[in-house]
Amino acid sequence: MMKRLPVGVLLALAGCSGVQSPLAPSGREADALFSLFGLMMVVCGAVYVLVMVGLGWSLWRVYRRRTVAADSVSISDRTLDRGVWIAAGIIIVGLTTLIIGSFIADRAMFRARGRDAMLVRVTGHQWWWRIQYRDPATGSWIETANELHLPVGGTTRMSLGSADVIHSFWVPNVAGKLDMIPGRRNLLDLTPRREGWFRGQCAEFCGLQHAHMALDVKVESPAAFNAWLAAQARPAMTPGNGIAARGASLFAGSCAACHVVGGTTAHGRAGPDLTHVATRRSIAAGTLAMTRNNLQGWIAQPQAIKPGTSMPAVPMNPTDINAVAAYLEGLK
Amino acid sequence: MKAPADRRLQLEQTWSDKPGLWGFLTTVDHKRIAARYIVTAMLLMFLAGMLALDMRWQLSVPENTRMTPQLFNESFSLHGSTMLFLVSVPLMEALGLWLVPLMLGQRNMAFPRLSAFSFWLYLGGVMTLWVAHALDITPDLGWFEYPPLSGPSYSPGHRADIWAQMITFTEVAALAASVNIAVTILKMRPPGMTLARMPVFLWAQLISSLMTILSMPAIMLVTSMLIADRMVSTHFFAPAGGGDVLLFQHLFWFFGHPEVYIIFIPATGFVSQIVETFSRRPLFGHSVVVLAIMAIGALAFGLWVHHMFAVGLPRLGNNFYTAASMAIALPAGLQIFCWIATMWSGRPWLATPMLWVIGFIATFVIGGLSGIMTASAALDLQLTDTYFIVAHFHYVLIGGAIFPLFGAFCYWYPKATGRLMSERWGRWAFVLIVGGFNLGFFPMHFLGLMGMPRRVYTYPPGMGWDLLNQVATAGSAISVLGGLVFVGNALWSFWRGEHAGSDPWRGSTLEWAGLSPTPPYNLAYTPAVTSLTPMWNGGDPLRAYDGIALERREVLITSVADAAPLYRQRSASASVWPFLSAIAVTAMFLGSIFTPWAVAIGSVPIAAALIGWFWPQRERTMTGLLRKRR
Repeated sequence: MMKRLPVGVLLALAGCSGVQSPLAPSGREADALFSLFGLMMVVCGAVYVLVMVGLGWSLWRVYRRRTVAADSVSISDRTLDRGVWIAAGIIIVGLTTLIIGSFIADRAMFRARGRDAMLVRVTGHQWWWRIQYRDPATGSWIETANELHLPVGGTTRMSLGSADVIHSFWVPNVAGKLDMIPGRRNLLDLTPRREGWFRGQCAEFCGLQHAHMALDVKVESPAAFNAWLAAQARPAMTPGNGIAARGASLFAGSCAACHVVGGTTAHGRAGPDLTHVATRRSIAAGTLAMTRNNLQGWIAQPQAIKPGTSMPAVPMNPTDINAVAAYLEGLK
Repeated sequence: MKAPADRRLQLEQTWSDKPGLWGFLTTVDHKRIAARYIVTAMLLMFLAGMLALDMRWQLSVPENTRMTPQLFNESFSLHGSTMLFLVSVPLMEALGLWLVPLMLGQRNMAFPRLSAFSFWLYLGGVMTLWVAHALDITPDLGWFEYPPLSGPSYSPGHRADIWAQMITFTEVAALAASVNIAVTILKMRPPGMTLARMPVFLWAQLISSLMTILSMPAIMLVTSMLIADRMVSTHFFAPAGGGDVLLFQHLFWFFGHPEVYIIFIPATGFVSQIVETFSRRPLFGHSVVVLAIMAIGALAFGLWVHHMFAVGLPRLGNNFYTAASMAIALPAGLQIFCWIATMWSGRPWLATPMLWVIGFIATFVIGGLSGIMTASAALDLQLTDTYFIVAHFHYVLIGGAIFPLFGAFCYWYPKATGRLMSERWGRWAFVLIVGGFNLGFFPMHFLGLMGMPRRVYTYPPGMGWDLLNQVATAGSAISVLGGLVFVGNALWSFWRGEHAGSDPWRGSTLEWAGLSPTPPYNLAYTPAVTSLTPMWNGGDPLRAYDGIALERREVLITSVADAAPLYRQRSASASVWPFLSAIAVTAMFLGSIFTPWAVAIGSVPIAAALIGWFWPQRERTMTGLLRKRR
């Protein structure tokens, strides 16, 4: 295995990059790719310096020739012929190194993991992510959307597909991207090594709101993950106070055709599952932070916030919108 | 080559076009046609640059609302489609149309009317895309239009069809130009210019033309399948109907990758000619450079999958394409070595064309090396569809093809106009364009590595992308300013530039043998070639043949390998039929955006125009079906 190369520029870059960057690897797959990138930088950097020195030297000779007699600095074609072979040798050695490095990184990433890897099905939609965990105990699917939780240290196998057009699943801190293609399922292993929040984003142009198709990723301890998954499997909370209860009945009338809220009559499959929407960090696929105000704004004017989204602006007065937002905010 | 005045007068009379509009529409003069191509493509390059600047403006701050997502998507689609299909490829062909006969000492292309047809059809493609833009039916799905996004379910309306049909236009035009160039190079070389004595420029044009002929049918096929899916509900790309969306990507990139080299290889031809002339010595490693071009041309067809590493194809296959893609670095690296070695052992003269070559090497090598990074099937999973790729291909296409093209423009400008471009303004343009370009595009490598995906119309604050985006925007603005200086210099010099004489650079190849600007008949005599650099024959004057008719249009046909004279061939005269045929084809293509019946009905005028075009002009023979009856 290649060790991480101590390249100053890489580390400097890694320092300034954040939650969505291949330069801040926090997973086994991203680590392998980061090492490969370091190797590439060293080899390619050296080649570039070599070419520039050659070019600079040949031009400097022009300058020098103004003062020195022309013949004294000439070089024979026979010497240059030898140079062709030397150049070819350098290129072949460099390329062979990089090809081998690439093969090794590829194997490190796609090495078959144990059969016990947890399976998560992610389906791309214009423009959000449907996420389904297979419950290890019952084998049933636990559904959520737009926020992926992963246990640190373990390998999770993502089964990637699409409901409409081609999307691409990319959480650069953890692993490289893989496309989500209608009619196919692609498998991608994620082995995060560091806890924390990361961000993923659709990496294949998928239409008008390609820019607003982000994914929050939380890597947490196995215990915390199991607790989270168990909570996600439970039906939705029943609203307590008056306003939220009013919101629930409005939701059942206006929103249930497209959204699921577990344990209620809301069974629509067109939009994201909202059973535990309030536990998520953001709404509308990473577009807005999860706050009461943003929920209200999103319900009132989805087309102003994310033009082209399939979410229609349901005609409701501000009081009703507030009630629905209060209901959603209670769906922990 | 001096010729008596009466000979020149006779040739001038034979080869001149009629004056006025009729002459404009009927000309088959390769120089006039190429000039139209170049002017059109330069204008489009300016428009595409404006689109780019607009998009950079939008991205200079997070959550900018200057552009709607629809406008942004239209802008990058139009920018990419224009630059790849309507600017880069046609410009390279145009340089071929203009220069190939001159460098061969011939009077015209092998198929003069086909040159005219190519241009008119290309113009049809230009109008299709840009008039559609003016009418707000702009394609908005990128320069690649992957289904199912471009399929009937997700793209109703005609935006996607406009794009697909624009492809058909430009590809038919490109195929016609390529056949023309390949045949001209193979069959119309001057006596003595064997294949081994062919300048690199001609090799580059020959190989890229052959590549066009082999790769373009794939994209015409795939866009036709897309149109069929959209118009008559075939299911080539519909998974629910048994189709496969990846079929589109394979066929698209089977064309799309060679296309990159179809753009790059002619540029290596420019660079080779400029380096030779301005280093004052024959190109070092002529055969290495030619073999490298052939190797690149062959390898280019075996690595299209490196555009699809993230679609989930089998890993072993992907790694094969990794090795094939990286292998390109060997011939490309050897070419660079030969150019530097030529400068090293010569006496370089740093006029503007040579400056562009230096800018080309310094910039293109960065693009080549970032290409090696993306060629790795593993690493590409972090790089593809990010700004790293945007940086990479602009380094390769702008640095690797457009910089040499600017150099070629400066180099051959005096040949075309008889005047020199201003060196001083030329240096300003060089510094602004190369400096602005690097300032604008180098930060994009970092943006990609910091996770910024391509084709996003905006991005949230707090990602750490703001500053680099602003630098990129500033750099592109400087670059566009440099472009304006370049064009201003070209226009000013056209009327006010210093008179160049026939051979201001003391060039090495045959195009410098004649007068500048070139008269309609090109050279007065047929040159005889005895070396790779016929204009530098150790001070010997260029020798010439006579015997080609003066009073009618005639060219000399020679053998493929040895360029031994075979026979004299009538060369087509001016005709309006190529223009009319192009109009008929345009009408059919445009109609077929709206109804399949246009294909059937539209073929009638095309047939009529082609019959007019090929109506026998020669006297009937004494034998055969069409023999002359007495």
